[in-house]
Amino acid sequence: MNTEILGVILIFLLSVGLAWPLGKYMVKVFGGQKTWTDFLSPLERLIFKLSGIDPDQPMDWKQNLKALLGINVFFFLFAFLALVFQGAHPFWNPVNIGNWEPTLAFNTAVSFTTNTNLQHYSGETGASYFTQLLVFCWLQFVSAGTGIAACALLFQGLKNRRGTNLGNFYNLMVKSCTRVLLPLAVVLAVILMINGTTSNFEGLSQVTTLEGQTVQVAGGPTAPMVAIKQLGTNGGGYFGPNSTHPFENPNYLTNIAENVAIILIPMALVFAFGFFMDRKKLAMMFFGIMSLLFVGFATISISEELKGNPAFTEMGIANGQSNMEGKEVRFGAAASSLWGVSTTATSNGSVNSMHDSHTPLSGGIFMLDMFINAVYGGVGVGFINFFLFVIVAVFIAGQMIGRTPGLFGKKIEAKEVKIAALVVILHPFLILVGTAMASYGLVQDPSLGWLNNPSFHGFSEMLYENTSASANNGSGFEGLGDNTPFWNVLTGIIMLLARYIPIIGPLAIVGSLSAKNPVPVTAGSLQLESPAFGAVLISVIVIVAALAFFPAMVLGPLAEYYTF
Amino acid sequence: MKSLRRVLGLGVCTLVLFGILYPLAMVGIGKAMPKSSAGNPIIRNGQLVGFEQIGQSFTSPGYFWGRPSAVDYDASSTGGSNLGPTNPELMVLVRERIGSLVNSNPGLKIAEIPVELITASGSGLDPHISKQGALIQINRISKARSIDPKRVHELVESYSEKSLLGLFGPSDNVNVLKINLALDELTVSN
Repeated sequence: MNTEILGVILIFLLSVGLAWPLGKYMVKVFGGQKTWTDFLSPLERLIFKLSGIDPDQPMDWKQNLKALLGINVFFFLFAFLALVFQGAHPFWNPVNIGNWEPTLAFNTAVSFTTNTNLQHYSGETGASYFTQLLVFCWLQFVSAGTGIAACALLFQGLKNRRGTNLGNFYNLMVKSCTRVLLPLAVVLAVILMINGTTSNFEGLSQVTTLEGQTVQVAGGPTAPMVAIKQLGTNGGGYFGPNSTHPFENPNYLTNIAENVAIILIPMALVFAFGFFMDRKKLAMMFFGIMSLLFVGFATISISEELKGNPAFTEMGIANGQSNMEGKEVRFGAAASSLWGVSTTATSNGSVNSMHDSHTPLSGGIFMLDMFINAVYGGVGVGFINFFLFVIVAVFIAGQMIGRTPGLFGKKIEAKEVKIAALVVILHPFLILVGTAMASYGLVQDPSLGWLNNPSFHGFSEMLYENTSASANNGSGFEGLGDNTPFWNVLTGIIMLLARYIPIIGPLAIVGSLSAKNPVPVTAGSLQLESPAFGAVLISVIVIVAALAFFPAMVLGPLAEYYTF
Repeated sequence: MKSLRRVLGLGVCTLVLFGILYPLAMVGIGKAMPKSSAGNPIIRNGQLVGFEQIGQSFTSPGYFWGRPSAVDYDASSTGGSNLGPTNPELMVLVRERIGSLVNSNPGLKIAEIPVELITASGSGLDPHISKQGALIQINRISKARSIDPKRVHELVESYSEKSLLGLFGPSDNVNVLKINLALDELTVSN
């Protein structure tokens, strides 16, 4: 078999293999059990002491939600002010990069707070060291920690026999950062540095090329930043072209390590669910459904990219060569496609090839991945999104067999289903309304000129941008000239709604379920582990994505495919 | 008031830990591997001539040429073309690139051109071309340097990088900067 295909199989298997023990470990961390990382507990105790937090205080869903939103307001405000006044202070700004325009600062502050990391700026020219580290690096930890903690609250709510205590958000957030993200980030950063990812404060180095030209090469503390951007499904790169840049991703080995890091924690959280609830079989079924979609999507994208661009063959170029526009020779087309599917499945949003230049179906697959937004999904929130599909599927299956739908011994009633349905509909609503507004604006005033590509592909650029914002993904069809007040404000608002409503809704659901009296599970209850329920669940996922987005897909990627 | 203190305390503590201490600690660990954590710089005669994995622009006939770059190998402001696969602009560019390759490499047939030599990379700094991309440039280079094509061919063979462990990822890629440095050695030693 060819080595490019072997490489992507290795990445997938490595991720699954590492996610299993990590899932087990995370359950111990959530439950406060003994782990080998207990040497970090003095550090955590110091943080709690300085902040006046009692990490053992039980909190119900509303108290937890208030804590989550409160700290996120701080994230946003600090980031926004730091960006708007970037040039106003002398700290860690050796090349004197100036203040940011307010709508760009708003967009970027929202983007990093919401774990999206849509980047309408370019790292090497727009951000000082202060911004890269004290805003971006920091937020990539704590926004990921927020997501993981929210997921742990959800687990606890589902497990409770009857009670209102979901755990303590502060405790879970800090430990997600110190016990899960930090150790993994250190390991990954060291792997990257060994392989030639820069980790210094050199700024621009002046190089005299072999042909005698003078070139400025931008460096910086890249390795620590890239490590956390991958692990926290953040995706905010140090350099403009993200992990295509040889300093962010120097060779095939680092590409393997970074790609594994993208999908590792999202996969591990599915296993963690199984260990936590002691429902391993159910977790395996969820994992199976996600993996079925993941492998299917990867297969389509890889085969399309390996086929290459037929227009080049017409010019006389030999047949059977990959589509290499926007890709790096050291990764090849297969690993670029696998990365694209990984990064869109998990709401990571870092890229190792330019998605705008992928073949039409491959670009369409990336969008489909973000439409679903729960194939493993972003750290924490991916599983939460999947949980919403489970609620809807349980409700539909309950209707089919004519019983009151129930989940883990709790009745699912009108209130829960209403919340779930509304949150599920929010995602297509934001994407389609955003795309419609952008398209309308452009048709009214073609001089706006923000498209880099004409025709169907131009429409795809706008659809992708809105999808990426709503999926809290952050990758882009980067040809889109998106640093304009219109795009900054539009996607900023979309990111905010798409981040917090799908956290608030599910927490409300588990808060309500958790407080209910358990009903005895009988032979007549819905068997979640059964293949029949699996089929209903996967149908719900596919139908919701397909029905809502099919017209938009026809106008963009599919139309382009038929002219390709 | 109490919740404000929690938010401020937790915010500032994590800011110090993850925004300052973590990156500084990593930069500190990087000092243990000064070469690779500086991006593997290449020094020749006391002068910084490049970084191993950062591609450079080559246009003279006596050097191997790298891939087209949307930013002309400007390593202070990097990026790709972001042209879609059906964009007419891309077709114009690709035709031009084919034309210039055929013109500057006498005897080259279009069907011999590998695809990476007519497409721009994502970073604009791709350090590699395929072995085929190097082979088709041998005649031009040996003529420009007046050396035996066989010796250039040997160089291409020895600079073709194997895939990881011989099993994973693309194989037979040639790092353009490294092979050009070797070319310079070759001509000097002649």
